Amino acid sequence: MNNLIVLPLILPIMVGVVLVFLRPYIKLQRVFSLLTLIVTAGISLLLLNIVRTDGIIRLDFGGWEPPFGILFVADSFAMLLVLTASIVTAICLIYAFSSIGERHEKMYFYPFVLFLVAGVNGSFLTGDLFNLFVCFEVMLLASYVLVTLGGTKRQLREAIKYVVINILASWFFLVALAYLYGTVGTLNMAHISERVAEAGQGPLLTTISILFLIVFSLKAGLLLFFWLPGSYSVPPTAIAALFGALLTKVGIYALFRSFTLIFYHDTLISHTLIGIMAAITLIVGCMGAIAFKDVRLIVSYNVVIAVGFILIGLAVGTETSIAGSIYYVIHDMIAKAMLFLLAGTMIYLTGKSKIDEMSGLIRNYPLFGWMFFLVTCSLAGIPPLSGFVGKILVGQGAIESGSYILLALAFLSSIVVLYSLLRIFLNTIFGETIISLEDEKPMKMGMIIPIVLLGIAMISLGLGAEFISDYVTDAAHTLANPSVYIDAVMGGNK
Amino acid sequence: METLIIMLIGILVAVATYLILSRNIIRIILGTAVFSHAVHLLILTMGGLKQGNVPLLKEANAPYTDALPQALILTAIVISFAVTAFILVLAYRIYQDIGTDDLDELRGAKDE
Repeated sequence: MNNLIVLPLILPIMVGVVLVFLRPYIKLQRVFSLLTLIVTAGISLLLLNIVRTDGIIRLDFGGWEPPFGILFVADSFAMLLVLTASIVTAICLIYAFSSIGERHEKMYFYPFVLFLVAGVNGSFLTGDLFNLFVCFEVMLLASYVLVTLGGTKRQLREAIKYVVINILASWFFLVALAYLYGTVGTLNMAHISERVAEAGQGPLLTTISILFLIVFSLKAGLLLFFWLPGSYSVPPTAIAALFGALLTKVGIYALFRSFTLIFYHDTLISHTLIGIMAAITLIVGCMGAIAFKDVRLIVSYNVVIAVGFILIGLAVGTETSIAGSIYYVIHDMIAKAMLFLLAGTMIYLTGKSKIDEMSGLIRNYPLFGWMFFLVTCSLAGIPPLSGFVGKILVGQGAIESGSYILLALAFLSSIVVLYSLLRIFLNTIFGETIISLEDEKPMKMGMIIPIVLLGIAMISLGLGAEFISDYVTDAAHTLANPSVYIDAVMGGNK
Repeated sequence: METLIIMLIGILVAVATYLILSRNIIRIILGTAVFSHAVHLLILTMGGLKQGNVPLLKEANAPYTDALPQALILTAIVISFAVTAFILVLAYRIYQDIGTDDLDELRGAKDE
């Protein structure tokens, strides 16, 4: 039964490799890749429920028991993210069917999306720090290709910066790994945590933790997000939506995992630093979201704001705030995918990307307009929608621990998010209709259906908060009490 | 021996930093390659340079040398090889399409 854990990684890779050989058969590629993602989502739902009844499960590759071998560990946090990632990717793929174009599809678009998902899922599931590096690289290499696929000048220009920054971040990751291995002599995350607890987190380990903080912040876009708006606004819509939904979340996951499981003893330096970084990220992200007129850039800066918000939950560090962050990560994956798809569709429909060049889309595309309103409300945290629960829990946690500055910034940022999106909404969707009915491009069903699907997911996540709260509480409990995770990994054979 | 290797790593990192700060794409790529060599040496040194026998249980006498750093480096080499290959192709495409290898000319477009 434990063998199921590896499927979210291995299934996309295997199908991806097969699809490389099926290059001319686009229909077949579409069907296979979508099926793979649906099956992955099904498996992760199954695993999520197994974890809920039986506790954390693990898979030791080759029968090498921890701490000697590489292993996958499935806890609620990881499985929730794998599930959301699979669903969101499946929906983005549906969008890609009608928008990405034959040229991309014949250039191995689907295999690389599957490799990307494999890397993302692997990063969520692995219980070994070096394996995390490898999964990061799988994900990044796929993302390098997806950023450049199509090869327009704009893409190439931004891609080189994206690639170089990530190579440098990976280099820092290796340096941090080398130091950590030299200090504690192991790479299994649970084992590292045990060793760190035994030896005490001295200055050396805190320094190493700061190195990890830099690495993961670069991936997550926490403070070090200078590369993000550029590279997220150049690829085709479906790919940008995937990036916005998945890539930063992997960095966020790594930050949560390492700073709740390994470096949680001396919170004075590292967690304070995370708090300061999150605060600056929020402020600068808000400035960016208001400053630009290009829809893609506004949307990209919204990703940055969300990262800052989620990391406030970690900086505060109570069980409530962590639960809030988990809710918010799940919500944000769905909402950011939807936001990117909406922005991309807007650009496709009008052929323009500046907000003051479009107007009155609601007359031409009413459903589209209301979907944009829905995502605006959800990101601002209006009650029945999905953003609300996360925001309120993070806020509650911040009050419990007395971090009022972070609390104030978090909620002020919500207002700015609302303002920046309403600005798009009022300028482009309301207002005088400038596209006459004869000139309007017909909305493709393949474009509006994924958006509506994401909208439904968002509403049901908000209304069904009670339903998933069991899983989220369990995930937050595991994160807040590292011994649960350590016992599951190190305690005997299952 | 460890001190010597650490100094070597320091020199490599200095060289790589110098290269990566230049505007020329090829130099940056060379810089990343030198960076990866430096970190491979660092992993090797951190695991402890050769201290004992080959880690073949029952074949050689304890103490054994830690074999894990070698495995890590092997993986890291393969990955950095793949990434370097990709970025070289990317640099070539940029040179073909945009006609420059100077990062200053690859700044954002004027209308942004």
